[in-house]
Amino acid sequence: MAKIHVKMTVNGREVEGLAEPRTLLIHFLREDLGITGPHIGCDTSHCGACTVDLDGKSVKSCTVFVGQAEGADVTTIEGIAAADGTLHPLQEAFREHHGLQCGFCTPGMITRAHRLLQENPNPSDAEIRMGISGNLCRCTGYQNIVKAIRVAADEINSAREAAE
Amino acid sequence: MNEQSTPTSAERVEKLQGLGSSRKRVEDVRFTQGKGNYVDDIKLPGMLFGDFVRSPYGHARVKKIDAEAALAAPGVLAVITAEDLKPLNLHYMPTLAGDVQAVLADEKVLFQNQEVAFVVAEDRYAAADGVELVEVEYEGLPVVVDAFKAMDDDAPVLREDLEGKTEGAHGPRKHHNHIFHWEVGDQAGTEKALEEADVVVEELITYPRSHPSPIETCGCVASMDKVNGKLTIWGTFQAPHAVRTVASLITNIAEHNIRIVSPDIGGGFGNKVGVYPGYICAAVASIVTGQPVKWIEDKIENLTATAFARDYHMTGKIGATKDGRITALSCNVLADHGAFDACADPTKFPAGFFSICTGSYDIPIAYAGVDGVYTNKAPGGVAYRCSFRVTEAAYMIERMVDVLARKLDMDPAELRTKNLIKKEQFPYTSALGWEYDSGDYQTAMTKALETVGYTALREEQAANRKAFEAGETRSLMGIGVAFFTEIVGAGPVKNCDILGLGMFDSCEIRIHPTGSAIARLGTISQGQGHATTFAQILASEIGIPAEDITIEEGDTDTAPYGLGTYGSRSTPVAGAATAMAGRKIRAKAQMIAAYLLEVHDNDLEWDIDRFQVKGNPERSKTMKEIAFASYNQAIPGLEPGLEAVSYYDPPNMTYPYGAYICVLDVDVDTGVIDVRRFYALDDCGTRINPMIIEGQVHGGLTEALAISMGQEITYDETGNVHGGSLLDFFLPTAVETPVWETDHTETPSPHHPIGAKGVGESPNVGGVPAFSNAVNDAFAHFGLTHTGMPHDHWRVWKTAQGLGLTG
Repeated sequence: MAKIHVKMTVNGREVEGLAEPRTLLIHFLREDLGITGPHIGCDTSHCGACTVDLDGKSVKSCTVFVGQAEGADVTTIEGIAAADGTLHPLQEAFREHHGLQCGFCTPGMITRAHRLLQENPNPSDAEIRMGISGNLCRCTGYQNIVKAIRVAADEINSAREAAE
Repeated sequence: MNEQSTPTSAERVEKLQGLGSSRKRVEDVRFTQGKGNYVDDIKLPGMLFGDFVRSPYGHARVKKIDAEAALAAPGVLAVITAEDLKPLNLHYMPTLAGDVQAVLADEKVLFQNQEVAFVVAEDRYAAADGVELVEVEYEGLPVVVDAFKAMDDDAPVLREDLEGKTEGAHGPRKHHNHIFHWEVGDQAGTEKALEEADVVVEELITYPRSHPSPIETCGCVASMDKVNGKLTIWGTFQAPHAVRTVASLITNIAEHNIRIVSPDIGGGFGNKVGVYPGYICAAVASIVTGQPVKWIEDKIENLTATAFARDYHMTGKIGATKDGRITALSCNVLADHGAFDACADPTKFPAGFFSICTGSYDIPIAYAGVDGVYTNKAPGGVAYRCSFRVTEAAYMIERMVDVLARKLDMDPAELRTKNLIKKEQFPYTSALGWEYDSGDYQTAMTKALETVGYTALREEQAANRKAFEAGETRSLMGIGVAFFTEIVGAGPVKNCDILGLGMFDSCEIRIHPTGSAIARLGTISQGQGHATTFAQILASEIGIPAEDITIEEGDTDTAPYGLGTYGSRSTPVAGAATAMAGRKIRAKAQMIAAYLLEVHDNDLEWDIDRFQVKGNPERSKTMKEIAFASYNQAIPGLEPGLEAVSYYDPPNMTYPYGAYICVLDVDVDTGVIDVRRFYALDDCGTRINPMIIEGQVHGGLTEALAISMGQEITYDETGNVHGGSLLDFFLPTAVETPVWETDHTETPSPHHPIGAKGVGESPNVGGVPAFSNAVNDAFAHFGLTHTGMPHDHWRVWKTAQGLGLTG
């Protein structure tokens, strides 16, 4: 099958490659770029394990053709920590508050939470639950995930206030 | 030594982060950064991809398979069918239940989505193209999807390969679609006791077909190295060592030439215990092509072809005195095993530990009989977040006790309390032969009832019922009580094996010269946090901080042999092996310390992280010092080094238990249920890591919510599977999931080295009946005795409508 040439920015780095037009973004990320943080859990866009950030929106990268990401700015779990390796408050909070078990949904969950806190920096528990309802977890029962996101939000907000 | 800097005992204990510490998980540093290593992350040079052609029919003859067009497609290298596997004798594989299962359909298909051909291609897209191009000609056959009709005289013969076989792996087969009959207890005595009882209730309780459905599906990468003749398979294996042995037995490749590796596993819940056709086909494809071959199933394949759970039709019968003393229990089960008997149970237990069905109650006489039958459904029968068939047993007895309470017009909590096994009766031998190790059920029950304010809740419910009668509300309040006993930690080798492999487990410890350590186990974590908790067990045993201990599992070339992780067996069995291996280390360390301190080893005592001279604690050697000495001292009579291995054969199972209470509100006009409160008290014996225990309880309760409120895989009359994708198979999101309240009591197991019992599956076992009892309870005053799961909106509304409650 004829291939298309795609270019995009992934985790701050410009990348390009040749791919069949039908290639899904998740496969391009995982198999062509070796970015294996986002996972594949289902084939019906329900589980959210493949969630990445695309031009400021959370998307399920199993439902995006690679061509649709042409020129886009993509962030995956690998791009959430600071450049110097300092973990993001969400990453710290998920560990501190036991917001993960098998870890398979975690990259998508944190990537989604990362965008959620930009959409709504001070969400209530109900808003957090609604905000991550596109991401399924089978291990934690969500309770500690909600807690971790709330703690991370508080921390980010306090740091912001301190800086202002 | 500077006295001020000497740490206190408490500080030394704290530093170890041993038993009882809510130590943060070491796994999470990788997982939160996307650095897990799951099977689909593995990429080897020249790796090919395999994908299945699957049957659209539930029962059909395969007349012809034409692979010509597929083989002509770009990137497609091979199409493997049963005909190709026959010369290798691999077209059938043994199941864990003593049956055989078609790897690729041999002349006929027996369930929708059964594996028919395996397409091998250069990448997953080309493989999928190839699958579309394989032409298979079928001739439809009559379908049996109703377990009750499977044993009709004129029912179609499903398993022609077994025709004429009147003896199965578990005794006589009485019909061509019959698999086994298994029974335990005193049938005649139980029937007599039921006849003599003041009150008898009987109910058909069906536990619908469900699926463990971890977010990561099953898959593998098989790589045959033709130069050194070694086959390596990385895969989602909950029991890697057993997979190696089975692989060796069926391929005739010597066991030392097979290496099985379980990398990080994205949840298992029983789904990843079995051996699936994909593993065999990927291995064969790699042997044939000489290149690594990856097979990863998609979610629809996962839900419809690998490892269903439940599908038990249980007719329970309880007899009792007028004042509510249970006198007898009988239960007859029709077990739908699908097209092949691929249940993952210990060999001698074709119905698992279903005979734990007397539950937490002191029932003098009982009988349980189970008949397994074949149907045109997917094979499996795995223990989905429970020990073998224990959730089925707990659901049956806990629903039946509620049914009895209605009949007696007695409060269900009071009826339970009256019949609970008493503390002084432990160790307690049940009527069906299990020896319950320890328990203090009354204390747990009382604590649960008091914490939720049970009496006040019942008063509130009475007020709600009056308000409903008066037309002031359209909502009904339901209170569900469940008191469950699990049976986990399989198990004693004398009666527990899988395909002849005894269900012991193992731990091997190596202490490094500078006082850190590595321990390897025969189990494999799928989210349980073994790398964190097993290091805690060891820290308390050998006095080396948990953070200085690496835990490794899942590579059969390096880890000691063990039967894997499922049925809550890791803590009861491998956890015990870890403690025992630690004690061997400590015993040798004592000899070394005695040499270094120039005293007799009997003059030493262990203190947290060191041996000290009795009566003179100033003279001591820490484990760190001892470790170094073991590498650099020539000690008479002692070998250098500090290593130990323990293979632990548990003397008994462990019996975790708990009291769960669910409070919910049902909107009778919509069938929508609002879980207002869920309280879970667990007693899992000694608590290794309270944070992890609580997390496991949250997760298990959420799976119980999923099962009781929505999960179901059904088949229509033509054999089409319903509920086979996440479009209609219910996995709760954060929105549907309530906030969980957890609590505990702590009654150690007397036979486990550290008293731990295992906990991961308790919340599923106790949660399902608590939810179901609450829904039933909401309608109980209208005369409802039993409405079955799943309690989705439609069914609940139907129940309300059937009772004339809808508008």
